Amino acid sequence: MIKVSNLNKKFGQLHVLKNINVEIEKGEVVVIIGPSGSGKSTFLRCLNLLEYPTSGEVIFEGIPITSKENNIDKLRQKMGMVFQQFNLFPHMNVIDNITLAPIKVKGMSKEEGEKTALQLLKMVGLQDKAYSYPKQLSGGQKQRIAIARALAMSPDVMLFDEPTSALDPEMVGEVLYVMRQLASKGMTMVIVTHEMGFAKEVADRVIFMDDGKILEQGTPKNIFLNPQHVRTKDFLGKILM
Amino acid sequence: MDFSFLSKYYMFFLIGVRNTILLAAFSVFFGTILGVFLALMKICKNKFLKSIASAYIEFIRGTPLLVQLLIIYFGLPFNIPEIPAGVIALSLNSGAYIAEIIRAGIEAVDYGQMEAARSLGMPYSMAMKYIIIPQAFKNILPALGNEFITIIKESAIVSVIGVPELMYNADTVRGNTFRAFAPLIIAAMLYFVLTFTLSKVLRMAERRLKASDQGV
Repeated sequence: MIKVSNLNKKFGQLHVLKNINVEIEKGEVVVIIGPSGSGKSTFLRCLNLLEYPTSGEVIFEGIPITSKENNIDKLRQKMGMVFQQFNLFPHMNVIDNITLAPIKVKGMSKEEGEKTALQLLKMVGLQDKAYSYPKQLSGGQKQRIAIARALAMSPDVMLFDEPTSALDPEMVGEVLYVMRQLASKGMTMVIVTHEMGFAKEVADRVIFMDDGKILEQGTPKNIFLNPQHVRTKDFLGKILM
Repeated sequence: MDFSFLSKYYMFFLIGVRNTILLAAFSVFFGTILGVFLALMKICKNKFLKSIASAYIEFIRGTPLLVQLLIIYFGLPFNIPEIPAGVIALSLNSGAYIAEIIRAGIEAVDYGQMEAARSLGMPYSMAMKYIIIPQAFKNILPALGNEFITIIKESAIVSVIGVPELMYNADTVRGNTFRAFAPLIIAAMLYFVLTFTLSKVLRMAERRLKASDQGV
């Protein structure tokens, strides 16, 4: 579904991504782990062109996303993204947050949009917040709304950029619960996270990144119980202490 | 001090106040239109438009309003009557300042908002319209009010080309009554009443805006 080949990204002198090659299959849940500054988030953001690759190719459903003929707005409709800082629209209530893009971008009718939104709100357990404003919600609630908002475009893949890192510990569970549900429904997901327990349980594949490179990848069992690379062992040792 | 001349000349001051308010209102109106275009030019990706807007803003902010006014009134190859010349000079001037207010207001909106909108598949212009501009508006409005207050004060300068606003009329009264000082006191008080009232009203509006931000 997504094929990344020889992807490089530089910020000025800083070489953030070095020759990344990876393929993500439909229905796969891929979790990317690694120390901060290893390029995980930049990699994720290259997938929907929030960062423009310096060189290399990202092919999404057969289309090279950096090609001139490609309409990136069309493509992004099929790639939902969830951010660390939620990025809900503060001047709109929850239902408008969710329905804005389906109505304005996809041309969905207001009734249909709201019907979908209410279904999604039910799925994330927040039907009663439909008319609240983001300011009135807790962090965990905001993130669940952000997930619902991304899902409202019925994307083919969901990208999660450290979705629980900005949350108070007691709110992490509710967000992971929603993500677990999504995974069990067969959604293709690429997740950058520090939640190792979640990675172990939900991931089909774990990718370990360090210093802009993919050092190791495999099933959670392989990566967590039998890491090959010394940097992976080092990182997991520090985290799982 | 003797203010008895007021009984005969008070209409000069009232008309002056009215004209000053009109002058400032028109200038802020046209200045805002100009400012929106300049701000959009300045944040767009086109280097050419960007540099034109930057050059204009730098030039206007780097030269005295008095000079700009006189250039427009005396320097252009065709004649412009005093009042339009005054409005044009004030609008061109405040346009540059308002452009910076708008640009700052737009840039103050968290960049994550644009990213969230774009990642939902919204084109840039749509994200601006529905997500960025409505939020920038709340940053811009108070500063725009301050600009209005500034223009009320600055507009006194167009008296030098004979626009019959408050300052010019106060001068007329000084000439007619041979009183050098008292009419200026009246003018100063009237300017202060205008700006003070306006700033109070603005602060009230700002508080309302903040309240609506709490999400009700």
